[in-house]
Amino acid sequence: MARLNVNPTRMELKKLKARLATAVRGHKLLKDKSDEMIRRFSILIKENKKLRDELEKELADCLKEFSLAAGLMEPDAMEKAFSMPTESIKATYGVQNVMSVEVPEIKVVESGAGNAYPYSFADVTSEADYSVKRIGELVRKLLTLAEVEKTTAMLAIEIERNKRRVNALEYVMIPQIEETIHYIKGKLDENERASITRLMKVKSMIADRND
Amino acid sequence: MASDLAIIGLGTGVLAFKAAGVDAYTASDSAAARDILRKVARDHKVIFLTDVFARDLDDLLKRMLQDPYPVVVPIPSDAGSNGYAVEKMKEQMERALGVDVLFNREDK
Repeated sequence: MARLNVNPTRMELKKLKARLATAVRGHKLLKDKSDEMIRRFSILIKENKKLRDELEKELADCLKEFSLAAGLMEPDAMEKAFSMPTESIKATYGVQNVMSVEVPEIKVVESGAGNAYPYSFADVTSEADYSVKRIGELVRKLLTLAEVEKTTAMLAIEIERNKRRVNALEYVMIPQIEETIHYIKGKLDENERASITRLMKVKSMIADRND
Repeated sequence: MASDLAIIGLGTGVLAFKAAGVDAYTASDSAAARDILRKVARDHKVIFLTDVFARDLDDLLKRMLQDPYPVVVPIPSDAGSNGYAVEKMKEQMERALGVDVLFNREDK
């Protein structure tokens, strides 16, 4: 590992020691953060999978049912019947902070028992009624899925980013600083030994001359 | 815009969502879906996107992960799911954990 390009002085040594302490502390904190994020991620991804499996099955089923129902009607009449929705799903869209990642938080506001069918029953087959009702219910669940799915995706990105930071500290920054500190210490010790020997030599020369 | 929700899909399938109060847009191909998604992303919070399109618009969806909103949810079309969402989950898991803890049986 390459050492940093610094002058081997006491000043630098002091500075580097402070930097090392910060780096080690930062590394520990980031590692803890990473552990916690991974813990949350694994819980979320399991939930995500469960919801996804459940909803995909149900939704595909619903859509199949709906297209069957749609097949029984004139396309124009169909368009007309469905294009003026009376009910809209109300939800609050907030932002939640999970381990300093901003993730969406969606809360469905339960609306009163509004009329789920925005058309007159005379125009539409009963099969379509059922599937419209089911889809209305499904959309609420889909909103939960949306929240969980986005949170997992964003956490995954953040975990990866954080891992890179931890590794950079662990395998680059910290060894580099440690090696430089070692080098400066060696250099300083070497200088000290040199000056001691020089002094001893001078002393013996003076002693020789005085004899 | 009437609703915070939107759906982009193929054909009549989206009509069922429209009845449930979701703004529905039909796209005939991925290029059209891309334009619609860009436009819709501005004033909707949650966008349901048929997974056939989601696969083609992968790059755009990735960029949308940087902010909490809009949330794009791939949903199966009436022909069933094409496995896009499951694939994504797998990818995220491998990125975050390095191992696959849910789908091990499908491993090569």
